[in-house]
Amino acid sequence: MIKNNGNGEYRVLGTRPVRHDGADKVTGKAVYTADVQLPGMLRGFILRSPIAHGLIKSIDTSAAKATPGVHAVITSADMPDVGDKIADLGEGAVNLKYLSGNVLAQDKVLYKGHAVAAVAAVDIHVAEEAANKIIVEYEELPSVTWVLDAMQDDAPLLHDDLHTDSMGAKSENPSNICTHMHFEKGNIEDGFAQCDVVVEREFKTASVHQGYIEPHASVGDWNEDGRLRIWTATQGSFSARQQTAEILQIPIGDVVVTPCEIGGGFGGKIAVYLEPLVGMLSKVSGRPVKISMTRADVFEATGPTPGSYMKVKIGATNDGKLIAGEAWLAYDAGGYPGGMIGPGCMCVFSCYDIEHAVVDGYDVCLNKPNTQAYRAPGATQVAFATEQLVDEIAKQIGMCPLEIRQLNAAKEGTVRVDGPKYPPVGLVECLEALEESDHWKSSLDGPLRGRGIAAGFWFGCGLKSCATVTVNHDGTVNLLEGSTDIGGSRTSLAMQLAEVLGITSDDVNPMVGDTDSVGYTDVTGGSRVTFATGLAAYTAGRDLQTQMISRAAEEVWDCSPDEVTLENDGSFTHNGESKTFKELASQLFKHGEPLVARAAVSPENPTNGFGVHVADVEVDPETGKVTVLRYTTIQDAGKAVHPSYVEGQLQGGTVQGIGWALNEEYFYHDNDTVANASFLDYRMPTMLDLPMIDTIIVEAANPDHPYGVRGVGETPIVPPPAALANAIYNATGTRMEQLPMSPPVLWKQLQSESAEA
Amino acid sequence: MVTVFIPAQLKELTGGITSVEVEASNIRQVVERLEQLFPGIQQRLCDGDDLRSGLQVSIDSVMTSRGLIAKVQPGNEIHFVPAFGGG
Amino acid sequence: MANKRHVSTTINGEPKEFLCAPHESLLEVLRDNLGLTGSKEGCNNGNCGACTVILNGRPVDSCLVLGVEVEDAEVETVEGIADRNELHPVQECFLEGAALQCGICTPGFLVASKALLEKTPDACEHTIRYNLAGNLCRCTGYDKIVRAVQDAGKRMAESN
Repeated sequence: MIKNNGNGEYRVLGTRPVRHDGADKVTGKAVYTADVQLPGMLRGFILRSPIAHGLIKSIDTSAAKATPGVHAVITSADMPDVGDKIADLGEGAVNLKYLSGNVLAQDKVLYKGHAVAAVAAVDIHVAEEAANKIIVEYEELPSVTWVLDAMQDDAPLLHDDLHTDSMGAKSENPSNICTHMHFEKGNIEDGFAQCDVVVEREFKTASVHQGYIEPHASVGDWNEDGRLRIWTATQGSFSARQQTAEILQIPIGDVVVTPCEIGGGFGGKIAVYLEPLVGMLSKVSGRPVKISMTRADVFEATGPTPGSYMKVKIGATNDGKLIAGEAWLAYDAGGYPGGMIGPGCMCVFSCYDIEHAVVDGYDVCLNKPNTQAYRAPGATQVAFATEQLVDEIAKQIGMCPLEIRQLNAAKEGTVRVDGPKYPPVGLVECLEALEESDHWKSSLDGPLRGRGIAAGFWFGCGLKSCATVTVNHDGTVNLLEGSTDIGGSRTSLAMQLAEVLGITSDDVNPMVGDTDSVGYTDVTGGSRVTFATGLAAYTAGRDLQTQMISRAAEEVWDCSPDEVTLENDGSFTHNGESKTFKELASQLFKHGEPLVARAAVSPENPTNGFGVHVADVEVDPETGKVTVLRYTTIQDAGKAVHPSYVEGQLQGGTVQGIGWALNEEYFYHDNDTVANASFLDYRMPTMLDLPMIDTIIVEAANPDHPYGVRGVGETPIVPPPAALANAIYNATGTRMEQLPMSPPVLWKQLQSESAEA
Repeated sequence: MVTVFIPAQLKELTGGITSVEVEASNIRQVVERLEQLFPGIQQRLCDGDDLRSGLQVSIDSVMTSRGLIAKVQPGNEIHFVPAFGGG
Repeated sequence: MANKRHVSTTINGEPKEFLCAPHESLLEVLRDNLGLTGSKEGCNNGNCGACTVILNGRPVDSCLVLGVEVEDAEVETVEGIADRNELHPVQECFLEGAALQCGICTPGFLVASKALLEKTPDACEHTIRYNLAGNLCRCTGYDKIVRAVQDAGKRMAESN
């Protein structure tokens, strides 16, 4: 018999043990992909397009191939034809033709930095020198990098075979618009007719990059037995395995991916870039090959999350009830179809109970790198719009911005714009926590200072995870799982297993396995690991206990399994005799077969993470610079397994949002090539730009997890641009309609408004 | 009977009807019933023998990845919604 | 390619000799020639600090130093911070304070923090933020790093 120990009284959850991989990571021993060294390993370099859009007329690799020290040179001609096939990658589907084309350009280059050829040589300098001897003849084509321009009928067309998909219906003419989505709820005309106040604005946001400090890196070794072994910086080893196998057209079982320690991802290390290339270079050269991207490669050829244009309209009654909302959203897809518009549409009104709504969304190809997920992909842009309009309504009707949010907050039973209703969620609790916080109660005095708040939402997904638990002689256990550990998840998973078993976090040795050694596990993304792989660890622990009850009944107490009780502390009792997990495990080990347990889970519901942020700023009218004086991030974690890691996610996501809000953007030259592909010119927040980020963790249990865990990683990036925009408004009286709200932008706006006044 | 909510983008096939009740024990049957009522809707929801990529089903506001084989029970509310992942 | 040069230096207290081409950076030498891969390459142009080492007592970006420049110099890398099995207070405080997530920037932060605290163990928040502004972290939002450095300073002062 198993008693549910989800009683809120925990021994391990809520404590803050040192991470299992900690010593390796503070001594330089942890092996990241760029640190992998194999005997005879070559280094690779990628030749990239210098232009934003063009036809590849010819590629001459003869001089590169003749360079001493060069072992392989490949172009798309060396890659298999993958055909026009949709591959389901677990957390999204992709047309292989586009995936392969992004890895190595076929007949066209679609953005500056698009990979055109790859070289493997004895060292990186020889490889680079040889790559620069490759002669590529381009026919340059007109290019486009602004989403509304790319939607025009006469815009330069990126793909002449791409037709707009409207839920299965295809447009007659080819278009840069990959997808049109449309959602309705209630009756929008009736809704706006009931409103006393309606606000509408247009917003635009720049392309931003995930900015992980580790550049993409992969090592490939095409072994003599025909198996391809890959070591790589990926958020998902199984997804990388599948993409690599599909692009190289080899059986999935012939590829084994070892996920190395990874230096950040934030959504940008899910799509493959290098894995198929190191594989093919290794096949051609017969040697292992490593490629590490340069920082310029990272900015020019990976990542950015969509820039956007948004027109949003919200109406309310004079007593503050939001009645109707309308949104028209156009997001960058980049060179190939993207995937962020769906969640953008579903998140634009996700924080509020609005009866009538219409949302239209467009995913649009243009001459930028293929866009990728970035922490709550698609949600930050729309929150920037909606959360400002909600403030504007509050201002017009004379209501407090917190009160209007409390009045309209999404809660259990609120219908999402795409139809389903929320299960129990924690937005109301987060708003309450804000109301009670020291920050909210404090006064903010002084000229050009303002306070702003904003709410944010991200789904948090489940997907597939596996875990295997093996038991050692002494009753310590090993936890084998498949989730790339980007921020301490080995420990948050080990803690959940320790909680079930009644042992300590240190009694668990967690290990992230390669794709040959652990059951299929989806990517570390979607805020899913502590929730879903945690559920796998929990379930494996339960499996182990069930086995131990049977064995204890048979081998120890000579009774029926029903007569063995598993107590809340993980000990086993029979007739007043009690054995701890470790005692029983050691005893069973001596008597019989070793103990091994496993779990495979596929939770499907989103975990629904809501957060509320409050920011105090000061604006310098001479420069337009915004100084963040104080910042508090409040979020519902369901149950904070390791509170320091939850705080870390809240703080890190918040600061990425602050960077997006105040500085980060891609600049383009007139010829649509990126002008700022370095950390000097792509200005991410430094330590000196920030205050401490205070956090308040709310725990409104998720009914779909035994400990109530919700995903927390993504939501914190969503509110900052809106919270800061609202703070800037309250400091200066000026409404910000574009991101970033960088000093030149804000300065110009303040100048023009004071001139008008 | 289960209640099926028609995605707004497919209302052009239903003459503006936003929901219908059909007799079905799984999503495949739901789609077949819809096709009988609104010819052409099946190919908008499905690609061959699978749910169209990028779509998922919500049954009483609980997501399922089982697609067409997901079971439904009388009284269930069915939505077809976009799939989402995350970063 | 120019001929390789012979360099004699001291790394983490031990005399070392290596051969390197004139254009190779100290970071390349450490990682590729000497197998000291704890120093990380984040940008290779001095903007991220992941490759920070202490050169003759001063923190520098090793990607901006040539290998041949460390002749007769003293170089300290992240591999040299712990004393055998004893972690240094900055390492302990980073772990206890959860001041790392992915860990790729951590070696640079540890080296830069140690260099700062050896000169200014009671560094205030602003001093820490000013001195470590050349080290980028994308995961933590820096809050826990600042606190860990403050805690390490206290611990170093106590043990002296």
